[in-house]
Amino acid sequence: MTAVRTRGSLRRRLLLQLLLVAAILSVALYFTVRALAQQAAETTQDNILIASATAISEAVRAERGQILVDVPYSALSMLGSIAEERVFYRITADDLTVTGYDDLPVPSATIDAGNPVFATAIYRGDEVRIAALPRRLTVADETVILTVLVAQTRLGLAAVSLQISIAAAAAGIGFFVLSGALSWFATNNAMRPLNRLAQSVARRGPQDLSPVETSAPTELVPLLQSLNTFMGRLSASLARTEDFIAEAAHHVRTPLATVRTQSEIAMRSVRKPENKQILREVIRAADESSRSAGQLLDHAMVALRSDNLEKERLHVRELAQDVIRSISPTADLKDIRITCSGSDTIGSVEGDPILLQNALRNLLDNAVKYSPEDSIIKVEILQSGSTVRVDVIDEGRGLGDGDRQHLTERFGRGNNVRDIIGSGLGLTIVEEVMRAHGGTLKLSDNPEKRGTCASISLPLA
Amino acid sequence: MRVHILTVGLIAWCCALITTASAFVAEEERLFEVENRTATLNILSTGDLNIFAPLIEAYQARNPGIEVRYVTASSSELMKALFEENAEFDIAMSSAMDLQTKLVNDGFALRHVSAETSTLPDWAKWRDRLFAFTQEPAVLAFSKSSFQGLPTPTNRDELIALLRENPDRFNGKVGTYDIRESGAGYLFATQDSRQSESLWRMAEVMGRLNAQLYCCSSQMIQDVADGRLALAYNVLGSYAAAHLPDNPDLDVLQFNDFTTVMLRTVLIPKTTQDVDLSGQFIDFLVSGSNRQLIEELTGLPAIDPGVLQREAAFRPIRLGPGLLVYLDQLKRRTFIRAWLNAMVQP
Repeated sequence: MTAVRTRGSLRRRLLLQLLLVAAILSVALYFTVRALAQQAAETTQDNILIASATAISEAVRAERGQILVDVPYSALSMLGSIAEERVFYRITADDLTVTGYDDLPVPSATIDAGNPVFATAIYRGDEVRIAALPRRLTVADETVILTVLVAQTRLGLAAVSLQISIAAAAAGIGFFVLSGALSWFATNNAMRPLNRLAQSVARRGPQDLSPVETSAPTELVPLLQSLNTFMGRLSASLARTEDFIAEAAHHVRTPLATVRTQSEIAMRSVRKPENKQILREVIRAADESSRSAGQLLDHAMVALRSDNLEKERLHVRELAQDVIRSISPTADLKDIRITCSGSDTIGSVEGDPILLQNALRNLLDNAVKYSPEDSIIKVEILQSGSTVRVDVIDEGRGLGDGDRQHLTERFGRGNNVRDIIGSGLGLTIVEEVMRAHGGTLKLSDNPEKRGTCASISLPLA
Repeated sequence: MRVHILTVGLIAWCCALITTASAFVAEEERLFEVENRTATLNILSTGDLNIFAPLIEAYQARNPGIEVRYVTASSSELMKALFEENAEFDIAMSSAMDLQTKLVNDGFALRHVSAETSTLPDWAKWRDRLFAFTQEPAVLAFSKSSFQGLPTPTNRDELIALLRENPDRFNGKVGTYDIRESGAGYLFATQDSRQSESLWRMAEVMGRLNAQLYCCSSQMIQDVADGRLALAYNVLGSYAAAHLPDNPDLDVLQFNDFTTVMLRTVLIPKTTQDVDLSGQFIDFLVSGSNRQLIEELTGLPAIDPGVLQREAAFRPIRLGPGLLVYLDQLKRRTFIRAWLNAMVQP
C-alpha cells in the first residue's frame, strides 16, 4: 500500500480560521466597548458641565452698567454630586475676568455666542475638562461677550475609564473563549460526516468492493459517487479477470485430457521401449499441466469465495481424513504412507469446508509431490490455546535456502525444485484461504529429519 | 426671595477673606514638649488652645516622642498662611468648612487614605483630603426667664411668630452673628438660606427688633446667660453647652425643622514635612474608637455615623464644591448686602 502524504488538517485549518475570526472580533469588541463607554462617560461629564455653566450664565445680568453675578449654589454643588472632583469656574466679559479663577484657560476654539465649547487642559496639576458657554450681554448700551467657564478634574473619569477598559477586556476575552469553544464544537460537527465516511470505508475488509451506502452531506456526495464508481469498476475488472482465468483453465484442461487419453491408447500399441518412454513423458506433462490448470481454477474460486465465506462448524480431523482419503491413490503410486493423528477432543472451527479442504489438499499434494518413494507423510492435528493447528510433515527435500516468504507468493517456487513441474500456486491458495479465515500458514523444516513441516492454524469456533 | 442689589463690575477674584498682604497673624502658640523627641507635629488650628490641649496631650501619651507645636489663628489668617504664604504646617484644623474646601479644591491638601478614615461616613470627608472630626450643631441659646409665660418655640416659624407678637419683650434683646465679621456666622446664614426662605423673614423680624450683632459665640452666649439678651440665634451648641452648668437661666434648643451642623475638619497641607506623621494624627482624630475620648476631652461632639438616622432635622453642611459658591466675592457681596438690608433697618 502506498503511503499517503499528509498535508495539513482540515479540522485544524477550520478551527484556526474560526479562532482567528473570533480573535479579531474580540479585539474589535474591546475597542468598541471601550470607546463607546468612554465617550458616554465624557458626554456625561460635558453635559453636567454645560448644565452648570448654563445655571451660572442665567444668573448673570447687567444693571446700571454693572455686571451682577449670583452664582447659584446648585451650579457648583451639582458637579460634586457625581464624583469628588475639583471644580473651577470663571466668568469673563470680553477679555476681563468678572469673577472666579482668573487663570482658568479659555478654550482656544472660536467663542461664538450660544455655542458651548469644550476643551481638555492641565490646570493646577490635574487634567481638567473645561466647558465654555458664551452669550451676549448688553452692559450700558454696549454688547459684550460674556463667557461662563466651568471646569472639573477628570480623576474619576480616569478611574472609570480604567474600570471600563478592564470590563471591556474581560468581555473581549470572554467572547473569545466562548467563540473558541463554539468553534471547536462547530468544527467537530462539520467534520463528523467526513470522519464517519472515512471510518466506514476503513472498516471494510480488503476484498469488500461493494458500494458505500452511507448517507453523506451534499459536499461529500461527488466524492462518494466517484468512490463507488471506482469500486464498481474495480470489482467488475476483478470478476472479469477471475472469469477469464477459470475459462482459460477449463479450455486448457479439456484438450489436455484428450492428449492424455490418446497417449495411453498409443502406449498400448507401441513396442519400442524408447517410444514408450516418450509417451510416458507426454502423459506426465499432461498431468502436471492439468493439475496446474486445476490450481488456477482453485485459485480463482478461492478469490471469489473468500469475499463471501459460507461458514459452518467443522471438525478439522474429519476434514483432514476426507482429504487424505481422496489423495491416497496418488500417494500409493509412490508407496507413500499418510498417517493422521489427533485426539477426538479437539474443538471445531468455523469455515468454508470447500476452501479448507482445498487448502489441505494443496498442502498434501505438495507433500506427496516432493516426497521420495516409500516414505511417510504425517498429518498431526493439535489444539494449542485458542487455535487448532494442522502440521503436514514430509520427508522430502525440504525448503531449501531461499527466501521462504517468496514461497507463498503467486507463482513463487523454491529454488531446489526446478526439476519438478509445479504451478507455484499451491501455497498461495493456502495462504489466501487462511487469511480469509483469520488463520495463518507457517513453513518450517521437519524437526526430526530431512523434509518440510507446513502448519496451518485456525481460530477455534 | 433672593435679593440682588449690586456688585462691582470686574474684580479679579482671589480669596474671600484675604485682604492684607502682610504675614498671617497667629493668636496663640504653644509647644507641647516631650522627652526623647523623635518628631515635631506642627498644627495650625482655629480651635482654642484650652479646648484642644487635653486632646494633644492624649495624642502624645499614645505616641511618645512626638513634640507638638500648636498655633491658633482665625480662619481667615489660617487661609492666608496656607493659601498665600505656603507656611509649613503638618495639619490644618479649622471650623471654616468653606475655606478648608477651597484649600482642597485648589490643590493645597494632600491625600490620605487609611482604615481609620474609611470609618467616616461619606458626609464627613471629601476627596480623601478633608476629614471631619466633630459635628457641631447651630442652636438657639435663650434665657428661660425671658420666655416666661410664652411657649418654647420648636421651629423657626414659631420663633418668628413669637418675636413678631412680642416686640416689646424682645426689642434689643435678640442677638446673632455679624456675618461680615464671623466666618461661622456667614456659613450658618448661607446654609440657612439654602434650607429655607425663613432666613430672610427671620432677618427682617430681627432687624425690626434692633438685633445685636456679635463677632463671636462666647460673648453672645455670655450676654444671654447674664440676661442682657433674651436669645441668641445660630450659636454653636458645643460652646453654649459649656456655659450651661454655671448659668441656670441659660438653655439651648435645636429647631426641629432643620438644624445646621458645622463640621470641624482637618487636612494635610501640601507644605507638610512629614506626611506620615500628619496621617497618623488624622487617624487619631477620626478613628471610631477615639470618638468617646474626643468628646470627653474637648466637650465637642465627635462624628456619629448614625446620627442622620436618628436626628431627622440634622443637616450637616455638605463638603464639596457647593461651598465654593459662597466664597465667590460677588456672591458674598450680594448675600451680605441682602442680609444687611433686612437686619439693619433705618
